[in-house]
Amino acid sequence: MSDEPLTAEPTGALPVAALDDPHQLPYARHPARAQAVAVVSMTIGILGCIGFGIAYWISDQTQWEAITLGLGLLGLGFGLTAWGKYLMAQGPFVEERHPFNSSEEEVKAMTAAITQRGGIVVGRRKLLGGLFAIGSLAFGVVAAFPLIRSLGPKPGRSLFVTNWKKNSPLVTVDGRPVHKNDLEVGGVLTVFPKGFAGSSPDQTILLRLEELTPEDPPLSLASPGRSDWTALGYVAYSKMCTHLGCPVGLYQQQTVELVCPCHQSIFNVLAGAVPEFGPAPRPLPQLPIKVRDGFLVAQDGYNQPIGPGFWERP
Amino acid sequence: MIDESVRWLDDRLGVAKGGRTLLDKIFPDHWSFMLGEIALYSFVVLIATGVFLSLYYIPSAHEVVYHGSYLPLRGQRVSEAYSSSVGLSFDVKSGLLMRQTHHWAADVFLGSIAVHMARIFFTGAFRKPRELNWIVGVTMLMLGIVNGFLGYSLPDDLVSGTGIRIAYSIIESIPLVGSYLGFFLFGGNYPGNGIIIPRFFILHVLILPVIIGGLIAVHLGLLVKQKHTQFPGKGKTEHNVVGTPMFPTFAAKTTGFMFMTSAVLLLLGGFAQINPIWQFGQYEPYQISYAVQPDWYMGWLDGALRIMPSWEWVGWGHTLPLEIFLPAVVFAGLTFNFFYAWPHIEKRYTKDLATHNLLDRPRDRPKRTAFGAAMLMFYFMLFCASSTDVMANFFNVSLNTVLWTFRIIVFAIPIITYFVTFRICNEMRAAEGIGKRKRAMVVNRSAEGAYSTTPTEPRPGDGAHELDPIPVPTYINLTPEELETAPGVRRVMR
Repeated sequence: MSDEPLTAEPTGALPVAALDDPHQLPYARHPARAQAVAVVSMTIGILGCIGFGIAYWISDQTQWEAITLGLGLLGLGFGLTAWGKYLMAQGPFVEERHPFNSSEEEVKAMTAAITQRGGIVVGRRKLLGGLFAIGSLAFGVVAAFPLIRSLGPKPGRSLFVTNWKKNSPLVTVDGRPVHKNDLEVGGVLTVFPKGFAGSSPDQTILLRLEELTPEDPPLSLASPGRSDWTALGYVAYSKMCTHLGCPVGLYQQQTVELVCPCHQSIFNVLAGAVPEFGPAPRPLPQLPIKVRDGFLVAQDGYNQPIGPGFWERP
Repeated sequence: MIDESVRWLDDRLGVAKGGRTLLDKIFPDHWSFMLGEIALYSFVVLIATGVFLSLYYIPSAHEVVYHGSYLPLRGQRVSEAYSSSVGLSFDVKSGLLMRQTHHWAADVFLGSIAVHMARIFFTGAFRKPRELNWIVGVTMLMLGIVNGFLGYSLPDDLVSGTGIRIAYSIIESIPLVGSYLGFFLFGGNYPGNGIIIPRFFILHVLILPVIIGGLIAVHLGLLVKQKHTQFPGKGKTEHNVVGTPMFPTFAAKTTGFMFMTSAVLLLLGGFAQINPIWQFGQYEPYQISYAVQPDWYMGWLDGALRIMPSWEWVGWGHTLPLEIFLPAVVFAGLTFNFFYAWPHIEKRYTKDLATHNLLDRPRDRPKRTAFGAAMLMFYFMLFCASSTDVMANFFNVSLNTVLWTFRIIVFAIPIITYFVTFRICNEMRAAEGIGKRKRAMVVNRSAEGAYSTTPTEPRPGDGAHELDPIPVPTYINLTPEELETAPGVRRVMR
């Protein structure tokens, strides 16, 4: 403790409050009651904090920890706020705003320091200024090389191709080949080319619309030139939504539509997966499939880039 | 002891003069000035809980077998990021409380920023000389949204992975450079080579928080330098600030408020489940869940993406995915640029170049208030549009109807809001005694049966008997003699 008493004598022009100054009165009409509230509140706060310690050691129950620590902090906070709001001097007190802008001369002096003192120096040595500007520009450009170019590979052709090749066997996510009897009518299955199970761009949704035999005429999907892209009532589309690339994971069997759960684009399966609703701009690309030795394989890869649009896409 | 410390510091740093000015700094009192404090203290909670989480979270896409205590996941191959996120929820004491409190604090942080910004807008607090602080604030809102999204993405669960997928497609939609940016950021074609998790992590826990923290310091520094605005009232002018001093009154109230904000966030974190990643499972690019919504602050963008018509432009061997690029890049960019430019736009319109320290009552600026209300409604409608599927299910109407309804009301309701708000403001301005607290009337019945009314005593804040503001006193005389020589004066121990 300092030797000087806390209630030191006022010196100089420092403002002094008289005790009976109404500015020094608390906001509360009944300070004793306000204090009682703060006392109870802070007591709850202390108990809550101790309670948290106990709850942590004996149970580690999330709810018990939250209620104890929550009440602890709430009690302490409420008590402190009540003390400040109801029991401390409420004023009103005033503080003058001193304009912080400078005088006209000072503004002119600063401007002059830049334009005259600096400007003339630069003006006399235009060569040096120019060289430094060129150097800075060069640094700025080359600094971007490691900062940006090192981050990852160039896209190249990878947005245009998938791992689906001619005769790629259709496999499930577990890598199991898909047999022609695997799906009943109305069934759907996510398939990948063999060796790439789980790969994002290759994800393809296989649907069985009808149970056909090789002798039956193929599925009549209203997509010209693709009449032989289906097999035994099976049809396969890219599962990557042409809007934002979410998996088109919902199949409405009654209306024969594929729905993207992200932004509700709806694709008409019977019409070649054309979007008939929502923000998707293009049909889901179709994977031509056939049956070989009882198992489903791709006739060929996709004939167009899958997924959302991008600048290089023709 | 205090005396010695102050002297020690003052001899070395000269703190006494400036320090006392700071302790005497006046804070005007109004409930709406508290909204920014909620944001500040939510940030404090975010840092505290975030540090805890970072001690257990492993930012790696490396595949491991889950061996933790959550039985349904045991033996499954998951990423280390996901495994450690589930692990810190279930196998670290208090972990779940910390993780959920962190998530709630992020939602409250951005919510309070939005409401705080609306307060600044409607009261005209962004006007000269505070345009810079408005810009700092808008920047923090933007960075906060980005950082919220990054944090949401880190657990590598099914829902957050879908969000990253959408973000990748949005980047890819940018003309000329989109696919390059996407490949650079993700280290290859989506989902990339796993580098995205450590990259998001370092952005989320270091780079963006440091920037936001620095901007908070600038935000508060400007507040101290320029002093707080205040509503008009007795003794309040453009050239002063009236209220309570930083120390002790404001310090007590605001510290208490920090504790209370933390308490509410903890209670939310303990009792209101948020983002149960163990139910969603590990993210796989070919899996999806129904009715997934992003965190609320991304809702307006998601809604814009949903109601946008499918206007892809194709030509000259190129594709411009306008159905993505317009709502997610152009519209988002326009939004923040418009926010940045607002003080300038209004100045253009009102030709008001004066310095303002007194706030506007929103009703006194009907056009601004109506415009702000319309803007809020516009973004709120977009937010609602991000749950078209849930609404269609809930109200049992077709998705088509819901979508077209939103395409119309996103524009119609803000226009209606503008005119209604404009009208309300003008009506309020015309009403007598507006802005003054209504005094309760005591009705007396005389012996003859006649009735008369008398107003009750005015309460503090009524304006009738408010004191004139005085400078903050440094000394308070509490000598016993004075206490005794002042009969009738209330004695209050402080």
